[in-house]
Amino acid sequence: MSATFVQVIVGGLLLGAVYALFSSGLTLIWGMMNVVNFAHGDFVMLAMYTAFLVWKLLGIGPAGSVPIAALLLATLGVVAYFALVRHVMRGPMIAQILGTFGLALLLRYSVFWGLGANFQSLPDNIVGGTFEVLGIRLQASRLLAGAVALLVTAGLHLLLTRTLLGSRMLAVSEDATAAQLMGIRPDRMQAIAWAIAAGATGIAGALIATFFYVSPTVGETLAIIAFVTVSLGGFGSVPGALVAGLLIGVIESLSAFWIGAVYKDIVVYSLFVAVLWFRPQGLMGKA
Amino acid sequence: MTKRLLFSAAAALIVIAYPLVFSSPFQQRLGALVLLYAIAASAWNIVGGYAGQVSVGHVVFFGCGAYAAMAVYQHFGLPPIAGVPLGIAVSVLIAAVIGVPTLRLSGHYFSMATIAVAELARLITTNVEFLGAAVGLSGPTVPRTVLDLSFTSALPYYYLFLAVLAGTLALTWRMERGRMGYYLRAIKDSERAARSLGAASGRYKLYAFMLSAALTSLAGALYAMMFGFIDPESGLGILISVKMLIMAALGGAGLLFGPLVGAAILVPLEEVSNNLLGGRGAGLTFVLYGAIITLIARFQPGGLLDLVRRRLPRRSVGSGHAA
Repeated sequence: MSATFVQVIVGGLLLGAVYALFSSGLTLIWGMMNVVNFAHGDFVMLAMYTAFLVWKLLGIGPAGSVPIAALLLATLGVVAYFALVRHVMRGPMIAQILGTFGLALLLRYSVFWGLGANFQSLPDNIVGGTFEVLGIRLQASRLLAGAVALLVTAGLHLLLTRTLLGSRMLAVSEDATAAQLMGIRPDRMQAIAWAIAAGATGIAGALIATFFYVSPTVGETLAIIAFVTVSLGGFGSVPGALVAGLLIGVIESLSAFWIGAVYKDIVVYSLFVAVLWFRPQGLMGKA
Repeated sequence: MTKRLLFSAAAALIVIAYPLVFSSPFQQRLGALVLLYAIAASAWNIVGGYAGQVSVGHVVFFGCGAYAAMAVYQHFGLPPIAGVPLGIAVSVLIAAVIGVPTLRLSGHYFSMATIAVAELARLITTNVEFLGAAVGLSGPTVPRTVLDLSFTSALPYYYLFLAVLAGTLALTWRMERGRMGYYLRAIKDSERAARSLGAASGRYKLYAFMLSAALTSLAGALYAMMFGFIDPESGLGILISVKMLIMAALGGAGLLFGPLVGAAILVPLEEVSNNLLGGRGAGLTFVLYGAIITLIARFQPGGLLDLVRRRLPRRSVGSGHAA
């Protein structure tokens, strides 16, 4: 294996870790309350703009923008839950999908209208340039993003499986009425889930902004990547999202390397259609 | 019943007389656009409203129709209308590719697949030279024969679109009254009913989706003929999908005249805001669309006609819901 090939794989894994992080939020909400947040990609977009503005206005890099974006997006998640999602999830399917889809448009075009359609980006060296390990050139920003995303995703998995809060959330997702009889408030647990899911997009968005273009419509691409990740990983599964996210990162890098950068999205979207045809329950999921 | 007949006759008269009374080019063009979007939104309504499967990527069918019409002209010199059957065939095929695997799963998969396939189509088209890549394809600038359906005035388009809309609504009405409408209502109302129907439930949803795709493709072809030009943004951009679903949802998804009402409200609104605000208006219009969709979903998922119908309990406004 040549060094370039290894470099492509490593780059894919690092990007894939960030995909896994924001897809975990989508899969958590979907698994817990059977709602697909069509605004999920636009949440990531908002976090990217937060990172951009934090740098532009305050001159602070990801050390400042990651916690700010996480907090901001978590708040947005809770607001979205109480103002919108809680109501539409009880209504017909069309209300549920249109509700979050409308929110996506509202966020996307508010940013478009307020900040313009131009592509923005943070300076290349905001995290500390490029360095070489064992003949592989690595961008510090990508390494940081990948490592933090991996840690947060793992932390999220532990939170959901090893803590009392996680058990309560699981109880609500299994049977909200029974959970309520046990003294768990489904409303509160679901609001917390939205805070966690949106907070994850906040961290992921602020990280990815250090090396990815920032534009109002980037959320659409990211949302579709999250859909592919979640379908491939099996809905509701954070470890599934992690494996699928890494896999998609690598597939994307390899197709950009072999076929050309413009075709990488085409490959990933086609993969989605293939998953729906041949493995709708995901790689590791049950039907 | 006579009252209803009288009301329908009056409505028909207004629609037929509109471009003769409001005869400025702007007004005629506006009328034609309302009807064109009403066709597309009514087509969306068949799968989104009646079958309850929310497509957020319907533009892929619109684009198939538009691109087929322009491609047969540009590459073979045929009149654009000759591309209509091709556009419909490709659309129905794509509907099957999306529908067969997803309509058995929960509705979320269907919505996610439609948006992904629409984006896929846009990306592929942007990179295929035969389809004009990023530049797009044009139709005949000077009509060679009347078959080219290329007119300078919007008036012929108005009546052409009116005829197609009438056909679309008649087809929808027949579907609603027939066995298919019966099945779709049952599936939409109850998950359990859907399951007891078994394979038939998925099959009827698929038929609805294919019919919807075919009619949307026709709307796309008509759009391309009127504008004489198509590119990835105007033919396959997500905002066209948004327009279809917001018009149907605002007027009343699953109601026969819902999409027409939605189009009659939103098309003038968009024209006015674009004229008043210029380029910046485009962004603001879609902020407003997002807000409207969110508010409908939150407070009035049945749309405006559903609200009116509930106020007038005995008369069925819009579609006769087997009342």
